[in-house]
Amino acid sequence: MRLEPRASVPLTLGLLAPVGAVAAALAICAALVAWSGASIPRAYALLAEGALGSRLALTETLTRATPLILTGLAAAVAFRARFWNIGAEGQLYLGALVAAWLGGGLLDLPGWTLVPTVLIAGALAGSLLLAGPAVLKTRFGVDEVVTTLLLNFVVLLFVSMMLEGPMKDPMGMGWPQSAPVLPEAELPRLAERTRLHAGLILALLAAAAVWVMTARTVWGYEARAVGGNPRAAAFAGIPVAWVMVRTALISGALAGLAGAVEVTGLKGYLTLDLSPGFGYGGIVVAMLAQLHPAGAVAAAVFVAGIFVGSDAMSRGVAVPTYIADVIVAVSLICMLVATLLVRFRLRKG
Amino acid sequence: MTVSAPLREPEVVLRLAGITKRFGPLLANDGISLELRRGEVLALLGENGAGKTTLMNILFGHYVADAGHVEAFGRPLPPGSPRAALDAGIGMVHQHFTLAENLTVLDNVILGTEPLWRPWSDRAGGRRRLLDLASRFGLAVDPDRPVGSLSVGERQRVEILKALYRNARILILDEPTAVLTPQESLGLFATLGRLTADGLSVVFISHKLHEVLAGSQEVAVLRGGRLVARRRTTETTRAELAELMVGRPVTAPRALPLAPGEPVLALAGATVAAPAGPPALDAVDLTVRRHEILGIAGVSGNGQTALADLLSGVAELAAGRMVLLGSEIVAPSARELVRRGVARIPEDRHATGLVPGMAVWENLIAERYREPRFSRWGFQRRGGAMAHARALIARYDVRGPGPAAMTRLLSGGNMQKLILGRTLSERPSLIVASQPTRGLDIGAVTYVQEQLLEARAAGAAVVLISEDLDEILALSDHVAVMVRGRLSPPLPRAEATIQRLGLLMAGHWEEHGAIAQAGAAHAS
Repeated sequence: MRLEPRASVPLTLGLLAPVGAVAAALAICAALVAWSGASIPRAYALLAEGALGSRLALTETLTRATPLILTGLAAAVAFRARFWNIGAEGQLYLGALVAAWLGGGLLDLPGWTLVPTVLIAGALAGSLLLAGPAVLKTRFGVDEVVTTLLLNFVVLLFVSMMLEGPMKDPMGMGWPQSAPVLPEAELPRLAERTRLHAGLILALLAAAAVWVMTARTVWGYEARAVGGNPRAAAFAGIPVAWVMVRTALISGALAGLAGAVEVTGLKGYLTLDLSPGFGYGGIVVAMLAQLHPAGAVAAAVFVAGIFVGSDAMSRGVAVPTYIADVIVAVSLICMLVATLLVRFRLRKG
Repeated sequence: MTVSAPLREPEVVLRLAGITKRFGPLLANDGISLELRRGEVLALLGENGAGKTTLMNILFGHYVADAGHVEAFGRPLPPGSPRAALDAGIGMVHQHFTLAENLTVLDNVILGTEPLWRPWSDRAGGRRRLLDLASRFGLAVDPDRPVGSLSVGERQRVEILKALYRNARILILDEPTAVLTPQESLGLFATLGRLTADGLSVVFISHKLHEVLAGSQEVAVLRGGRLVARRRTTETTRAELAELMVGRPVTAPRALPLAPGEPVLALAGATVAAPAGPPALDAVDLTVRRHEILGIAGVSGNGQTALADLLSGVAELAAGRMVLLGSEIVAPSARELVRRGVARIPEDRHATGLVPGMAVWENLIAERYREPRFSRWGFQRRGGAMAHARALIARYDVRGPGPAAMTRLLSGGNMQKLILGRTLSERPSLIVASQPTRGLDIGAVTYVQEQLLEARAAGAAVVLISEDLDEILALSDHVAVMVRGRLSPPLPRAEATIQRLGLLMAGHWEEHGAIAQAGAAHAS
């Protein structure tokens, strides 16, 4: 067996790759399902039903997908310019912190202006958090993987300090949580008796905006050139350092927005378990989507569906819920293999 | 000569029979049959994409042929196994070396030759054997130096020693001179002579005619995947080989005399700092005028890259002045120079010239994507850019799947045409061309040279930095030589003989302080 590079990649192959990867991942994880003693068809049927099979299931999946779309876009935008932002988790929490702080009564703005202000402030917070690593990278060549990853822990500890101290809810019975945001600062619900909120619309608009930006604008062109070959970009006169910083600011804003949306749309206040790893999940989403914004939406819904559906599967056939983590992780690995197979042809002999 | 070779070796050491290899729609090798005789150098000549490298990769087991078979020393070679090729005594030296830079020469050579189960390494024995091989074939290397500190020519010697250490009796050299200076190439030919005198056989892949004529006994010419001719080297001519290789008669471009016009570029004391040590470009003065090509010759690594970078706007001017069309440029940047009409052709088209993963049209606007014809209110004007790309593709004869295709799918020659089209179509007043024909086949070389001459006729000033002396002498009006970051005063072409340039390259003008003395010394 050997690998030979393909001269050109047919479009259908590029589209089929994620589907094939997901199918392979589900097939591999079927072994684990069987090992836990459940019937494979029944377990997967419960998974699908739990994720998509009812109004409640579907809205729960979409609710869960909302922050993942935004963090997935954050990763996709940055990775496209080869800026490895691993810190979406921290940017998300900082965005959430700012949203909870401004929305919790600090700002007294007339009705409809409060929501946009709070969301923009949350996005800016995420943006500013990533400005440091971006400048360090472009100025001094400091590896952004290290700085963004470590900042996640700094931010989490900072949030923890704020929730135990100045931002602690006096009515919170001693729990480390912020005071709830004002009703005027909450995003509207999209459907009765569900948790689905207008954040989903925002996330879809963000995906459309990122798509247009990447494919059609000068900024997107510059980012793709810098990601494709920074030396050639610099030679042609593209301001590589500025493009990187700008891309990082956009990426951080998307992750910060995810946090602000979770607070104002879903939870209403900030706790330390706001995100079950949405920031890191965004990396998986971006890779599954092959960095394409529309793909990020689909991948986020898939990842969210696996997590939501696995709860139902767990209740029905007693497969532990962390099968969801395994499926998502295996999907990522399968996707990496699929990407390889898209670029290369497997030959016998 | 052949006495020292083992007697059991047959007269024909390597036989390829009917090798055919297809990559999708592309027929890379079409029924190629070849023999390599013991103690001879067989040159495999062909343009880029003619199928030379594919053929050698099949021979060495990297690819499996769709049809045909290989025989080494009379025995069939199992396909698809580099191991089998090594065991049969075939050694390959790739164009891009496969050495570990942090290890010493000795470590690199013995790496992989010792059994894994033995807990120690027989370095003393390895060293003896290496030094023995080195002295036998005149391949002087210091076994204890880290490979990272060696020059390109020395690294190639290590690669050859590595193959010899593994008992290679047939050496395959893939474009071995592409990375060498003319002097290092001569050294390589001397080595090949000693190897064949000892009964080894060599396949030498090249597209440079003078090397093939200088270093081989037999020539096989490939074109479009077919073997089009086999000649004894003594019975053929440069013109015949060129025609066989390209498929039509070839004429080299010549510069017509033109009166130089006003000065376009002037450097005075221009200095570019190096990361460490003496400056990469050291107080260089030069002037180029309209209708003039200034050729910059020199052994690679003497500051040509720094000069090209400075004139391309990607290196900082540490000291000195740069004047373009009468106005001084204080901090030259790529964008500034492009705006002022400088066309830049970079040394390495893959690494600095193009973004291979972007479409052809996107690369064609890379220097000017902000201009109103290509963008409006931050959005790209795709229609304008595509029309521009189609026009350039037609005008500069870029062969490929079209403006929307990925640039990486183009051949090297077509990539260079892309860069030429991008810059020369803007009617530049100054052209900075750095190794513009390196690695290209004859057809593309002629094309690039003609384009430079056409731009000169149209009134451009050209700085031509090249390691190919033939090219410098064919195109330039004046020739200057770079040595250790300094530039010699220019010689008019009529006075620039190879011998005189050789003296300059050896740094004689520097030691004597003036070019006149070097010239006088030569004349006397």
